[in-house]
Amino acid sequence: MAVLVLGEVTDGQLSLDATAKAVTAAKVLGEVTVLCAGGSAAAAGAEAAMIEGVARVLVAEDATLGHRLAEPTAALVAGLSGYSHIVAPATTDAKNVMPRVAALLDVMVISDVVGIVDADTFERPVYAGNAMQTVRSSDAVKVLTVRTTAFEAAASGGSAAVENVAAAADPALSEWVEDKVAASDRPDLTSAGIVVSGGRGIGSEENFAIVAALADKLGAAVGASRAAVDAGYAPNDWQVGQTGKVVAPALYVAVGISGAIQHLAGMKDSKVIVAINKDEDAPIFQVADYGLVGDLFEIVPELTAKI
Amino acid sequence: MKILVPVKRVIDYNVKVRVKSDGSGVDLANVKMSMNPFDEIAVEEAIRLKEQGTASEVVVVSIGVKQASETLRTALAMGADRAILIEAAADVNTDIEPLAVAKLLAAVVRDEQPGLVIAGKQAIDNDMNATGQMLSALLGWSQATFASKLEIEGEAALVTREVDGGMQTIRVKMPTIVTVDLRLNEPRYASLPNIMKAKKKPLEEKTPADYGVDVTPRLTIVKTVEPAGRSAGIKVGSVDELVSKLKEAGVI
Ligand SMILES: Cc1cc2nc3c(=O)[nH]c(=O)nc-3n(C[C@H](O)[C@H](O)[C@H](O)COP(=O)(O)OP(=O)(O)OC[C@H]3O[C@@H](n4cnc5c(N)ncnc54)[C@H](O)[C@@H]3O)c2cc1C
Ligand SMILES: Nc1ncnc2c1ncn2[C@@H]1O[C@H](COP(=O)(O)O)[C@@H](O)[C@H]1O
Repeated sequence: MAVLVLGEVTDGQLSLDATAKAVTAAKVLGEVTVLCAGGSAAAAGAEAAMIEGVARVLVAEDATLGHRLAEPTAALVAGLSGYSHIVAPATTDAKNVMPRVAALLDVMVISDVVGIVDADTFERPVYAGNAMQTVRSSDAVKVLTVRTTAFEAAASGGSAAVENVAAAADPALSEWVEDKVAASDRPDLTSAGIVVSGGRGIGSEENFAIVAALADKLGAAVGASRAAVDAGYAPNDWQVGQTGKVVAPALYVAVGISGAIQHLAGMKDSKVIVAINKDEDAPIFQVADYGLVGDLFEIVPELTAKI
Repeated sequence: MKILVPVKRVIDYNVKVRVKSDGSGVDLANVKMSMNPFDEIAVEEAIRLKEQGTASEVVVVSIGVKQASETLRTALAMGADRAILIEAAADVNTDIEPLAVAKLLAAVVRDEQPGLVIAGKQAIDNDMNATGQMLSALLGWSQATFASKLEIEGEAALVTREVDGGMQTIRVKMPTIVTVDLRLNEPRYASLPNIMKAKKKPLEEKTPADYGVDVTPRLTIVKTVEPAGRSAGIKVGSVDELVSKLKEAGVI
């Protein structure tokens, strides 16, 4: 069977981690072809060709494919025939594109796959991770997004052949206006080994500096609860949870976060969880390996100083 | 301009979900059901566009069991004008898949000719995040998913989207499909007089057969199980103790 992986390409750059994890999921299904599409995508394609287990790379470079717009990207993917499975990492870009691809092919999409049972059968969390469902697809083509936290990144060392493919006809339905991306020297939230997250308990945008200082000492990424983002303490791309990012670092430190199920959905697969909260009954302590009850404004600076 | 808003009846987000021990699914008998939280935001946005004079009518649609009429009444009480219930299942445990929902919505769009569809980004039961994108594909329309800001500019809409890297703003051709994220607005509560008034608003009842749509699922649910649990660890008494535990665990 032939499997197409939609590589994660942003402004010409390959997200190697997310793409290599999708390749790991795809490899068990058949021979892997990675598609790199974008306004510029050749460099991304060359990088994807080095992922172990990739047999072929397709590069589609066209102005219409820049900025990750859904309509031209979905038209391109749906037009590439001969694949039994189309797989992408479950990023916001892929979640924008893949259901559209599936509908163009008249098949169901299977989102956030965390386990592959066989070529037709997949495991995925539902109800904010409160249940795990196994589903069997009867569709001719399986269109999946896979959770990157559930698959190890494929190693590098491959040397796949690279071919160019043409973009599909431009539907000209949407146009990019701007990206607002906060530049940061910190590791990427979804692939960081340590994540320090702050919640409503942090109290203000300025106070988030306490969380950031601990994160920087640990070489960690910074995350946030929805309440902290809604209150304007932290940017939206820091949100961890059912409707934000899903993370599974070796260490997750939750500061001033109560532990609502929607937040747990995004972090409960972390290896070690630390919770710092002044309420000893906060539900976050039910999933924490190490809990410390007390005022975060005292504990966090002390912790930062002592590690 | 008419706005169509699909609303789904789901288990209330505050309810503790219980997986049935026989693996057949989640216990939905006698639990509180509510409108999907994202759909409340979609309804709110549509009503605000009507209040601003951008929209003339807000039509809400729900697909599922007949009890979804309660969800539609909630939307009518918030301020929607008219509702369509497509009764596609008799058993509350039957979930209609996004592809089938999108096909039914495409048929409703052809009947109603809205200029805008505003849906939720994701239903909090199946967590699929698919219906809006699928509907857009079936209609050949533009799409703007995960919206945190929406401005209608006549023939186009300017939409700010929440994406992994931060925010993206795009301009999409109308008619279009927008799926909403949590920070688009704060939905209103329906007032008691409006709840009373909503009882008299029109609610049309249909079936998938009326639209010639086959809702047979493409995915068979083999089993539903409780996720691997995580048990509470220990409480430490001081920062020093925490630091030494983390060193022992080898994570710092
Ligand atoms: C559809 C839907 C989707 C959602 N998606 C997400 C999601 O993706 N991610 C997410 O996080 N949430 C999500 N939520 C929201 C979720 O239900 C909770 O409201 C949210 O997680 C609460 O955030 P919090 O823990 O920061 O705030 P709170 O629940 O208010 O908790 C704040 C905590 O801080 C503690 N605290 C306060 N001051 C101090 C102090 N000085 N020292 C120590 N501790 C202190 C308090 O004891 C409390 O436990 C979603 C909700 C809905 C309805
Ligand atoms: N059965 C349904 N009835 C009405 N609207 C639905 C239904 N299923 C999904 N939707 C809409 O599609 C959105 C995304 O759902 P999903 O793709 O299932 O995650 C929801 O927020 C609703 O706006």
